[in-house]
Amino acid sequence: MSIWEYANPRRFMGWTGRLVPVFAILAAACISVGIIWGYFFTPDDFRMGATVKIIYIHVPSATMAINAWGMMLITSLVWLIRRHHVSVLAAKAAAPIGLVMTLIALITGAIWGQPMWGTWWVWDPRLTSFLILFIFYLGYLALWQAIDNPDTAADLTSVLCLVGSVFALLSRYAVNFWNQGLHQGASLSLDKEEHVSDVFWQPLVLTLVGFVLLFIALVLIRTRTEIRARRLHALETRERMA
Amino acid sequence: MPDLGKYGAEVLSAYGATILLLVVLIWATWSRSRKMRIALDAAEARKAENG
Repeated sequence: MSIWEYANPRRFMGWTGRLVPVFAILAAACISVGIIWGYFFTPDDFRMGATVKIIYIHVPSATMAINAWGMMLITSLVWLIRRHHVSVLAAKAAAPIGLVMTLIALITGAIWGQPMWGTWWVWDPRLTSFLILFIFYLGYLALWQAIDNPDTAADLTSVLCLVGSVFALLSRYAVNFWNQGLHQGASLSLDKEEHVSDVFWQPLVLTLVGFVLLFIALVLIRTRTEIRARRLHALETRERMA
Repeated sequence: MPDLGKYGAEVLSAYGATILLLVVLIWATWSRSRKMRIALDAAEARKAENG
């Protein structure tokens, strides 16, 4: 069977209905254990003091803010190339989650920055690209609301998603590109260099896994809702015409 | 409870804001999902009734 058949709306509703509770329970478990471990059972940092505890919410939310846009980029490309409706509905479903993750990253970053940098905000490359990403999320959602024809809305939002991907990438790599500003480099990285001490890294990774699972669960629920909304719209249109 | 020292307000407000935003997101997702499922079930029932 082709992989695309899993994205057939009827089939999608079947397998996602079984998976959503699994992802939701695992997400709740990972986030709870990760946060409790990090908040109650890790020491203060010798430079940052107790503010290091903000890392367990700031880093996972910032990572998901960028990766949510990455997921939207892939599903938007699938729409533009294959015209697969569930794909673009998944992108639409992910946008509010990415928006909230970006907002959490901005708020917790500002709260963390005030005692560490002496300022809530600075026009640093990382912070500025994150603010632009936040505005792109708002624009993406506004564009969906502004256009009545769903296929036209899907086309235009997909193009906007391609453009916004530049800022999603910049949000991740701005510190490396410009090598300036107050924000430090990535806390989590696939290279072998240690960026965060193991004592903080282990609960951080667990919380990050929880945020990924939460994102998947919410995207699946919201995509199912979008599919139902389309079906409802079709039925109501048919009723009115009868 | 860990002693947050002079950074208590910062740490607690960061956690408070995050929990609040996540709760609103999850509630909004669940609420819209529930409303849509009920509305679609009613429409499907009407369709089955009217043929």
